[in-house]
Amino acid sequence: MTYGITSARVRLGDRTALDDVTLRLPAGSVTAVVGGDGAGKTTLLRALVRQVTLDAGTVNTPEKAKIGYLPASSGSWAALTVTQNVDFAGGIFGLAGESLAARRSELLAAAGLTAAGGRVASQLSGGMRRKLGFCMAMVHRPSLLVLDEPSTGVDPVSRIDLWRLISEAAAAGATVVMSTTYLDEAERAGQLLVLDRGRALLEGTYDDVRAGFRGTVTCGPSAVRPEWSWRRGRERREYWPAADQPDDSLVVDPDLEDLVVALSLSARNQEAAA
Amino acid sequence: MTAVLLRASSTSRRFGDVVAVDDVSMHVQAGEVVGLLGANGAGKTTLIRMLLGLLGTSAGTVEVLGGPPDRARRRRLGYVPQNLGLYRDLTLRENLAFVAGAYGAARPAVPAELRSYADVLIGDLPLGAQRQAAFTAALCHTPEVMLLDEPTSGVDALAASRLWDTIRDRSDAGVGILVTTHNMQEAEQCDRLLLMSDGVLVAEGSEHDIIGDTTAIAVHTDDWARTFAALNAAGQPVVLDGRAVRVAEGDPHRLGQILATEGIAARLQPVPATIEERMMVLARTTSGAA
Repeated sequence: MTYGITSARVRLGDRTALDDVTLRLPAGSVTAVVGGDGAGKTTLLRALVRQVTLDAGTVNTPEKAKIGYLPASSGSWAALTVTQNVDFAGGIFGLAGESLAARRSELLAAAGLTAAGGRVASQLSGGMRRKLGFCMAMVHRPSLLVLDEPSTGVDPVSRIDLWRLISEAAAAGATVVMSTTYLDEAERAGQLLVLDRGRALLEGTYDDVRAGFRGTVTCGPSAVRPEWSWRRGRERREYWPAADQPDDSLVVDPDLEDLVVALSLSARNQEAAA
Repeated sequence: MTAVLLRASSTSRRFGDVVAVDDVSMHVQAGEVVGLLGANGAGKTTLIRMLLGLLGTSAGTVEVLGGPPDRARRRRLGYVPQNLGLYRDLTLRENLAFVAGAYGAARPAVPAELRSYADVLIGDLPLGAQRQAAFTAALCHTPEVMLLDEPTSGVDALAASRLWDTIRDRSDAGVGILVTTHNMQEAEQCDRLLLMSDGVLVAEGSEHDIIGDTTAIAVHTDDWARTFAALNAAGQPVVLDGRAVRVAEGDPHRLGQILATEGIAARLQPVPATIEERMMVLARTTSGAA
């Protein structure tokens, strides 16, 4: 069963938040939805969990009781303890008694939160709070897990922990979709969708995306065409859509960050020319 | 010789029984962009607050522009906090006028790329524009040292590269810049990195220096899910990496044995570790020693 969204269009007020976006979520895979502020990540994930209605397109998901959702905001209640938060989420899905207790200790152990069970959520670090939110979204063993920026602002060590939890859920058969602003994280997901101002820039596995990229990226101390260039450390990269770079330029193997910036520039320069 | 603009010398800070910063020595030179990384609770914020002169030291000293961080020297600092420190219900132009007034500086011109937003409330702007505005505000008194907290967090890759143009323009002009970050793309933009864990400075140098010859193990198989489950059940620090799995640190021979017991055919390949994996290993080492 492949969940997902097909040809989704969403208007929020006079703004097109999603413009003909398709997202396929193969079972047992992790898909990363990448983009900056205003790209449409949250709208897409909220459409998947049916908190946003599509103006056009279709959503294919399991019934609500089989979806786990971690919203971008917090995902837990600040005044409840870690244990109370998980129990509350479990209660919503009809878990109680020993089966809830067993599930809770399993999740908290995997997240490294067992010792923090009695602490109120407001006293947790950012990383611990996101891990708690993850445990709550997972409590009822959903077949579709939707995570809105689980790792934003989370320190690198906690982020590895979170990534292990996400991998674990997918290895156990869940379909996972998560949004992120971190491109290195997206590279590690099996599938990715890059959004830019409501439109899909790239979709597929990293290898597909790399293979489908046309043109070349060069690297040097300065750019020949500044409007096609961007900074990486002390150097500048430059995109040549027609691979017509000067003979003496240094061509690099682009990573995901280069691909995303190159295609964003391409979209903007085309708009400016139109 | 290049001037040292920020320096901590054997600096410690205690809160009751907790040692938040433990004997840290570091510096930032003119024209340099230094990245400060750490786990939450690593002591980054405490160190920054001491460098800003907002918090005293329990032992050791901090120096800003060659002396203690007093009022006169603090005037020459620029700081962009993660929440940007702008007034959301003032317009962009009003925010710039307010900050310039506080520093007794001339009102800065609204940068060309923000001109269409000049009379829009800051709270109504896209995050990338808000970040650009916070930079403009922090630069109005031409600071000689800057401290930036996750300067490009949450913005798209293109907007982030524009913010880095602004940062590099300042460092090229001789400003020393300390960037605290969780973001590996930001870390890669820095000239030098400092890694803190449990209040201690555990590593410093370029990304290349810090990773050194430490390796992670990439495990290639036809069935990543079973491979992941087997290694995870054996307590190995394993994560998904595309269609393969990756173990942050471990002995390939031992990992091979675990997989063989489960009847999983796999190819194990040592690969250079990432900064995050290196940090995880260093964090384990420091908390193990504590």
